[in-house]
Amino acid sequence: MSLLLSTLLPELLLGLGGMALLMFGVLSKTNQFIICSLAAVALLAITGVFILLAPAGSVFDGLLTTTNFTRYADLLVLLGSAAALILSLDYNQREDIARFEFPVLVVLAVLGMIVMISASDMMTLYLGFELQSLALYICAAFARDSLRSTEAGLKYFVLGALASGLLIYGISLVYGFAGTTNFVALAHLFDGSQPAGYGTVIGIVFVLVGIAFKISAAPFHMWTPDVYEGSPTPVTALFGTAPKVAAMALLLSVMVGPFGHLLSQWQMLIEILSIISMALGALAAIGQTNIKRLMAYSSIGHMGYALIGLAAGTLAGIQATLIYLAIYVVMSFGVFACIIAMRRKGRAVETIADLAGLSTQNPGYALALAVLLWSMAGIPPLSGFFGKLYVFSAAINAGLDVLAVVGVLTSVVAAFYYLRVIKVMYFDAGSPDFDKSASGVRLVMMVGALATILFVFMPGPLVSAAAAAARALMG
Amino acid sequence: MQVALSNYLVVAGLLMVIGVFGIFMNRKNIIVIMMSIELILLAANINFIAFSGALHDMVGQVFTMFVLTVAAAESAIGLAIVVIYSRNRGSIEVEDVTLMKG
Repeated sequence: MSLLLSTLLPELLLGLGGMALLMFGVLSKTNQFIICSLAAVALLAITGVFILLAPAGSVFDGLLTTTNFTRYADLLVLLGSAAALILSLDYNQREDIARFEFPVLVVLAVLGMIVMISASDMMTLYLGFELQSLALYICAAFARDSLRSTEAGLKYFVLGALASGLLIYGISLVYGFAGTTNFVALAHLFDGSQPAGYGTVIGIVFVLVGIAFKISAAPFHMWTPDVYEGSPTPVTALFGTAPKVAAMALLLSVMVGPFGHLLSQWQMLIEILSIISMALGALAAIGQTNIKRLMAYSSIGHMGYALIGLAAGTLAGIQATLIYLAIYVVMSFGVFACIIAMRRKGRAVETIADLAGLSTQNPGYALALAVLLWSMAGIPPLSGFFGKLYVFSAAINAGLDVLAVVGVLTSVVAAFYYLRVIKVMYFDAGSPDFDKSASGVRLVMMVGALATILFVFMPGPLVSAAAAAARALMG
Repeated sequence: MQVALSNYLVVAGLLMVIGVFGIFMNRKNIIVIMMSIELILLAANINFIAFSGALHDMVGQVFTMFVLTVAAAESAIGLAIVVIYSRNRGSIEVEDVTLMKG
């Protein structure tokens, strides 16, 4: 098989598979939501295998590149979106939005994410970015009879379109002032012998802002709480995992790849984004009563921590960010599985107070949620602690002590609101009377909680995979 | 008469700024926001075409074709979302999009 075909196989598989699912759904007489969803999960799993098998290399004159870095990020994206699809199986049926278009949209969004992760040219970057965004706008508004979901879709669309507008404007400036859109050519041009000109720097800042919208780094986070709260919960679970990883991987590959030697010119921006995100994630979440909104602010804070590794700009920093992302994805889908299990008398409930008394009625569920929240707060020996440990030590080794200090302080503040949820579950009187949750939801919950607990015994594979990915990125 | 590259860039920059202000200052109608988004994309297109001419390089023009296609898809999806929103809310005033806050 030629290099072209075997390197492109994951993308081809997802694209053709998505089309096949769409045709199957359209042509069948009845609604095939379950079959389409299961087929989509299987498709994602098969794609994962092919991503592992795909040879490293670059195709289409350097438009798409496969390396260990793209493999790592692709697998995380697939993991997050497969978890979201499993969660949607039960939820969408109970909420009466079980339409076969949902898995098709998720598959197309994943295709967009994989293209943007593997992009090594501004053109593929933009197309992948848009394919992902367009599919996700529809997902946010998927409960089309719900005012909250459509409002979430509308807000996501307006701010997302603004972000991609800024991104493409930035790309046009970079193209004009550098004369090329190819990452390798750009890296040759900006080899560190002299600082980049003003035009290029403005372009890079616009690109950075466009991507910062997608990872919801403060101050470009304003869509996040509303979209998290309004979207159907499996969609929120998707937003909290796969697109965050994809956009963060894109940010890493753009900043470290073509503009890596300009570190001194963009480092300050990433530091500012990181500090504001950590602070906002810690402080704004304190007053929240809705747990989905709480998770939105929590994800803003987590992206701040992940950005620390990029701000360090070293091999250890990139590795730390990649480890943090993997740990974050697993914790995140675990928590969202717990949120999806919050249903009383056939209706989803979303406030923290609804969890009161959960520990006596359903100890296993309460323990899983408690473990995941402890891990998010960064309490040892759970995985979240090690994620923070890696990014902070990378920051200190790179001389960014301020970031590490702010990070530790904000995680102390953030621990307050995570522990408050645990306190409500374990010490407040009440009877949640939650409906029995589906086995898929319990499975995702258990996988998330177990992975969080067991990470301390088996950190080796993840750490070495992240190291290989970081080395591939830094060249 | 030759039009200098900087003139194109100034026009594109102005269009971009008008687009961004149109999104944030607009208090009336969501359709105006969608027009502002188009303005931003067109500003980028003008940049690409102008640079493409100045650099004697085709990549900018190819990029413009892609941006136009994506812009069409984006407005189709945006309009669809506005339609379902107005069906639920009965209005597309920007000031009414305030169900969730905080």
